[in-house]
Amino acid sequence: MNIGLPHFLLLAGILFSISVAGIFLNRKNVILLLMCIELMLLAVNFNFVAFSHYLGDLSGQVFVFFILTVAAAEAAIGLAILVVLFRERRTIDVEDLDTMRG
Amino acid sequence: MLISILFYVFATVLVGAALGVILARNAVHSAMFLVLAFFNSAALWLLLEAEFLAIVLVLVYVGAVMVLFLFVVMMLDINVAQLREGFIRHAPLAALIAFIMVAQIAYVIWIRHLGLPIDLAAPVTPPDQSNTASLGLVLYTQYAYPFELAAVVLLIAIVAAIVLTMRRRPGHKYQDIAAQVAVRKSDRLRGVHVEPEPRP
Repeated sequence: MNIGLPHFLLLAGILFSISVAGIFLNRKNVILLLMCIELMLLAVNFNFVAFSHYLGDLSGQVFVFFILTVAAAEAAIGLAILVVLFRERRTIDVEDLDTMRG
Repeated sequence: MLISILFYVFATVLVGAALGVILARNAVHSAMFLVLAFFNSAALWLLLEAEFLAIVLVLVYVGAVMVLFLFVVMMLDINVAQLREGFIRHAPLAALIAFIMVAQIAYVIWIRHLGLPIDLAAPVTPPDQSNTASLGLVLYTQYAYPFELAAVVLLIAIVAAIVLTMRRRPGHKYQDIAAQVAVRKSDRLRGVHVEPEPRP
């Protein structure tokens, strides 16, 4: 059987579900939450690349390019916030970060 | 046939690496599993003839973002055991939600399969042009303004990361370059009139 668009979409769906489960499992560790978000963005990019290939439109790959840019910026700022947070509070446990009483 | 085998090999390793990311006991191991996941994704994107994005994924993600993650993981002294409490308690719920999501997606795109194409509609890149060249042709004409906005986003990220992590430590000595440059002769030099002593 040939590999078609449904195979890639299902793979991306599995990847996305795994990262959602990861957010549930590691909900106290901010670094792992950031890694799960990276994995989610990878799954979304998978959809874009697969659609671009199978529908013959290059715009999907341009969108992946922009998502990669935004994801890199997000990772850099997120990790910078994390470093500042750890310097102030000596912890990265989400449940200790309740200064705003949310 | 070869493409099918390659797809299943890379997809299996990719799913295994993703499971490793969320289940690993150590954050460094999670980061290494994420690197493996990115490499396998790049291989799968090569199968989809997105060569430029595959290389960008390896260079930008594995080369820059994951190294940054590893730096931060190793820099912070984290109590792993305390952060993992509640892991077992949340596991059934997480597995249930992931299973429901996969079942829904599989139902929509696999069983109902909505006329999704198995075969190629048309090749994305013309046969006499590389993927990078055709992507560049679109990116610098049709998407020129979004491209420049992406550059602005990266600039904001650079400035934000520097501003957030910069700090003044008390007790350290710093050079004030502006003050050094702006200094004038009259600030440093004082002319004193000295009477010559009479020769004995």
